[in-house]
Amino acid sequence: MTETDGGQTVDDAEHYEALVVGAGPGGAAAAATLARNDVETLVLERGVDAGSKNVSGGLIYAEKSAPYTIDRLFPDFREEATDREITDYYIHNVAGEQVKTFDITDLHEHDTEWSDAVLRRKMDSWLADRVHEMTRETGGGLLTEVRVNGLLREKGRIVGVTCDEIDPITADVVIAADGVNSELARDAGLTDWEDPDEYFQGVKAVADMPSDVIEERFGVSGDEGVAHLFSGDLFEGVRGGGFLYTNDDSLSIGSVFHLDSIAEERAEPHQLLDNLLTHPLLAEWLGDDYEEVEYGAKLVPDSKKMALKRPYRGRLLAVGDAAGQMQAQGPIIKGMNHAVTAGALAAEAYIEARSRDEENMMGHFYKEKLETEGVMDKLRPARYELASKVGENETVSNVVDSVVTSGVGRMAVSALGGTLERLYSSPFLVGMIPDTRTPYVTLPTVIAEELGTPVRERNDVQPPDLADRIGDLTYDVDVGNPHIELRDKSFAASGTAVTACPVSATDFGGGCYRAETVETNGSTEKVVSLDTQPCVECGTCAVVADTTWEHPRGGKGVDYKQG
Amino acid sequence: MYSVVLTKGVPDFREGQVSFDEDGHLERGKTPTVMNPNDKYALRAALQTKVRHGGDVSLMSMGPPGYKEVLQEGMADVYADDLYLLSDREMGAADTWATAMTVASGIGKLDQEPDLVFAGFKTADGETGHTGPQACWCLDRPLITHVISLDVDEDEGVVRAKRLVEGDVEEIETVEADLPAFIVTDPEFEPSYYRASHRLRHKDLREETQERAENYEDHVTVWDHSALNLDPDFIGLDGSPTIVEGVDPIPKAPSEREATTIDPSDGEGMSDVLETLQPHVAGD
Repeated sequence: MTETDGGQTVDDAEHYEALVVGAGPGGAAAAATLARNDVETLVLERGVDAGSKNVSGGLIYAEKSAPYTIDRLFPDFREEATDREITDYYIHNVAGEQVKTFDITDLHEHDTEWSDAVLRRKMDSWLADRVHEMTRETGGGLLTEVRVNGLLREKGRIVGVTCDEIDPITADVVIAADGVNSELARDAGLTDWEDPDEYFQGVKAVADMPSDVIEERFGVSGDEGVAHLFSGDLFEGVRGGGFLYTNDDSLSIGSVFHLDSIAEERAEPHQLLDNLLTHPLLAEWLGDDYEEVEYGAKLVPDSKKMALKRPYRGRLLAVGDAAGQMQAQGPIIKGMNHAVTAGALAAEAYIEARSRDEENMMGHFYKEKLETEGVMDKLRPARYELASKVGENETVSNVVDSVVTSGVGRMAVSALGGTLERLYSSPFLVGMIPDTRTPYVTLPTVIAEELGTPVRERNDVQPPDLADRIGDLTYDVDVGNPHIELRDKSFAASGTAVTACPVSATDFGGGCYRAETVETNGSTEKVVSLDTQPCVECGTCAVVADTTWEHPRGGKGVDYKQG
Repeated sequence: MYSVVLTKGVPDFREGQVSFDEDGHLERGKTPTVMNPNDKYALRAALQTKVRHGGDVSLMSMGPPGYKEVLQEGMADVYADDLYLLSDREMGAADTWATAMTVASGIGKLDQEPDLVFAGFKTADGETGHTGPQACWCLDRPLITHVISLDVDEDEGVVRAKRLVEGDVEEIETVEADLPAFIVTDPEFEPSYYRASHRLRHKDLREETQERAENYEDHVTVWDHSALNLDPDFIGLDGSPTIVEGVDPIPKAPSEREATTIDPSDGEGMSDVLETLQPHVAGD
């Protein structure tokens, strides 16, 4: 009997040749590729159904240059699992009620085979059914409601995983596709939760809208859909922007901000979303019958800073968000497509290593494939690394910001006029955009002020308050077993969570985090208290507060119906 | 591993389903028949055995032809392979003894001797808890009752069970019996699936059974008393030693209560309330 480092015995464990943790697009692509090559593959998903834990803004891309696309791995994917194809793409520069719109469809179509709007519950759950059928043929299969809680090691080497619900599992390869808050990548020491500037935080509302109303209000027909982005002064100076995508019979409207900016500005994400929902520009689309069906949130890794250059340790290969493979450069956000490619490449790397009898090389092969297939350069463009050194320097950034707002900058914006639209559509320039106020806030505001026209429509939308948004979500609460613990309750250490957590707010008692003043021995102290019941498992507080953070047990916690 | 689960159709006593006449007698015609709720635990125990050790599960019941639907409900739940209904007029109005005799004959007639027979803990209508143990006596097997968890050791040919023994204090007793055995599950029974392979098999069975349960009639075998070679004098009403002298409906709770409204600001009134409550709080 061999004892593992956790004290459990390998004899307790069941063995599968390959183990995939997480049934999102990355995990699905890995599992499908493994199964096609007759590798016995077990997939473990912690949600009650695949997609029940997942939120994304909602566009999936198939890139011409990518070695794998989701529809080639899963025939019928677009017919069965996606919503409208995005055929028009606009960005709106906003300053008060002044708006200047650029058509950036060219940028959207650059290297794009197709791009569809998706809702994750529908998409991931469809994929999971296919994955189960395929992997079951190999002797494995897909199980839901099983949470993998860490790595199983023997003599310091990773040999498998441990789970909350079932006995440990050993495998020849473990593919961590367990998302941005990957417990496996952290256990392996590949990622941490230290720096808010490595993340974005997205919040999203899904609003019901009959398909004929979408077609009329957005000027689309059949399966066509449209994407609108928003930047400028409508988000109180927080660095980021908003989006609106058309689904089959609903809209996805959300905002994505740099987490460090949300933290610094003490901004409340749900309010920033409301700023977008209530802006006059959205009146013609949302009408007077706005009906929100789901509010959701997630952390988004910034691949420029976070994409792991060596996304492996031993026989553990990390793919998708778990490896920081989420490309957000300029207005275009691409994550799911890279997860798909990475998942399939990780599977390829294992198969190649096995056939060459060099299993200890699989991580290295995976890394090489990401590089030779051009994935790494998309995730961490060399030109950004160069440009950011200058562009993100604080002094330079302040100078640039004041030049843009000065008379000279304004003249330049006016003179450039229509040329700006072309510059916005340049994939090359977009890859160099620095993470400063200038591109997100200052420049769009100046563009709108100098070139825009006023929008004076009355917006009657009354977004639900946070209590209603939480009330509309479905939870299976793991009573008496909270998955987050506050390590430091002081406001100084954890107070940011009160505002940055998407289901908390100042002076709101029904959220996760609350600020309280307590009196002890005659002195008063401001502290933070936590109730994990409304948690949407985004991971924000793990970064901005001092917590011990785990995912809830299998099947427990939030259950997104849209995602 | 071959298992048989015994089940019974009972009136659906849930609020909104059950119907009583003015005298408090159950209106059988207006109350739907469902599977005895306690039998679900027996079904789960049988399913656990099937998932962990493979083999078939049969469901057996004695009752009128309409009980086929009860068997279907069980099939969807336990993913049973086939269904047996012991049914004819001669079997009607049987007490627990005559039922046990009939059921034991049904089990004896099966092509294969079951390794395990499962029964639930007492029925929602009779509440006696006799039929299972009496059927076991007829079959001459070891009996384990109040089972909350179960583990079959095929190599050793034994079943190990934890049983909940309620007395002054609740105790959990671990017992072992040779196969074939008879198991009566407790409502506290919890199946457990700690192996990924078991969970995958569970999922397979669920998918397989959906189709089978839709065409459940193809899987029902009906046996009457002659098929079981039973003398009508020893089954049904004639074979029942129990004599029912009469049935008294449960007295209705008084519908009128005395109530007084007290304003919380009324100090005297509130102290009366506290005085009234005080003995109850003290546990008297």
